[in-house]
Amino acid sequence: MSTTVVTSEAEGKTWGGGNEPLKASYGKMMMWFFIVSDALTFSGFLAAYGFSRFKFIDAWPIADEVFTHVPFLHGHELPMIYVAFMTFVLIMSSVTMVLAVDAGHHLNKAKVTLYMFLTIIGGLIFVGSQAWEWATFIKGDYGAVETKGGNILQFVDADGHRVALRDFAVAGEHERVQQERKNGLWFVGEGSLPTYTVEDVIHGFEANSNLLVRTQYLTEDGQKTVLSREESLKQLKANGKLVVEGANLQHNEYGSPLFADFFFFITGFHGFHVFSGVVLNIIIFFNVVLGTYEKRKSYEMVEKVGLYWHFVDLVWVFVFTFFYLV
Amino acid sequence: MAQDHKLEIFRGLLKFKSNTQKIWGVLIFLSFVTAIEVVLGIYKPESLMVKVLGMKLLNWIFIILTIVKAYYIAWDFMHMRDETKGLRRAVVWTTIFLILYLTFILLQEGGYVFNVYDKGFIKKDF
Repeated sequence: MSTTVVTSEAEGKTWGGGNEPLKASYGKMMMWFFIVSDALTFSGFLAAYGFSRFKFIDAWPIADEVFTHVPFLHGHELPMIYVAFMTFVLIMSSVTMVLAVDAGHHLNKAKVTLYMFLTIIGGLIFVGSQAWEWATFIKGDYGAVETKGGNILQFVDADGHRVALRDFAVAGEHERVQQERKNGLWFVGEGSLPTYTVEDVIHGFEANSNLLVRTQYLTEDGQKTVLSREESLKQLKANGKLVVEGANLQHNEYGSPLFADFFFFITGFHGFHVFSGVVLNIIIFFNVVLGTYEKRKSYEMVEKVGLYWHFVDLVWVFVFTFFYLV
Repeated sequence: MAQDHKLEIFRGLLKFKSNTQKIWGVLIFLSFVTAIEVVLGIYKPESLMVKVLGMKLLNWIFIILTIVKAYYIAWDFMHMRDETKGLRRAVVWTTIFLILYLTFILLQEGGYVFNVYDKGFIKKDF
């Protein structure tokens, strides 16, 4: 026993433990390494999104046409505005977080409490906005017809403005009733049926001579291809198979179902990170209030959870670019 | 260690008196960059639609601005600027290398699959 003590002293205690060659504590360094691995997970998802997009580069939905809604401003086409607001909220909550870390360095309990609280509020606003964004996306807007081959046919008027199904299709007599578990086979249910059948849509389309079909294929200058009236009718009658309203994992009125799949998966995974970040922030917030770190004379836990929170912001910056801008 | 932050950004072009001031400065810069992105995304100027290295110039601008934002978030909010070189390189270069590698492979393959669908003559059902 005594010999070991002597050797470790002779070697300047290099192997005695407690060394910090990177001048960062164990906990902080492990948080950094967790962030590295999580960054790789996210980039794996985003690269997979890029793969699918390059695979269907000539038929990918245009994000500006998909995300055009802002809460309380119904009927206005305002692409980007709401996402920009969400981005700003998240960056702002990052700022309050870093201010909390800074106040922690000065052992200022009151300020840490305030800034942690603001960070939590920012995170909640962001998660709420994302939920709203999902709900709008799932509900859909204009509606479309899916063809046998899985392509999407949307409707425009002569000027190229989108026309919603509800503006021209008239719901006829429906023989098909949604099957529920209580009627029919008790173990089989099905999703809600669309408001219109393909026949309703075709009748409405024939009655309005100014309507045209828009396919999901892009022209040379990045616009969706609009078919001629005859071609539109032909496509609709020969290939129209299913009316799609909104988006889920199988069908997507905005275009390729893969777009919806990746949207749900990546923003969902990010939203889950924000949610767990908020939970961690709340735990740390209560520790701050209870004076745990005051007694410890170190607010390093705030710093660690701050690293995670900034990382969530960092990922959102990339999700924002690749889903809404590019 | 924790208290002495490096208080300058843009390679010393902009110096701040305190860490709090630097944080607000970085926030203004990040909001400014986001505002540019949003304005470009809404108006999509025709002059930026030329293709550079297989992608629209506008998209390149978006990606570069994103990386700029990521840099300031990591360097000033996550205090990467104040960490030792060893930690910084271990975290940043590892991630960048692996992400570039993964992105290159997947995008290359995606482009290939598109070409097969578009111009190929492979029959799947014989």
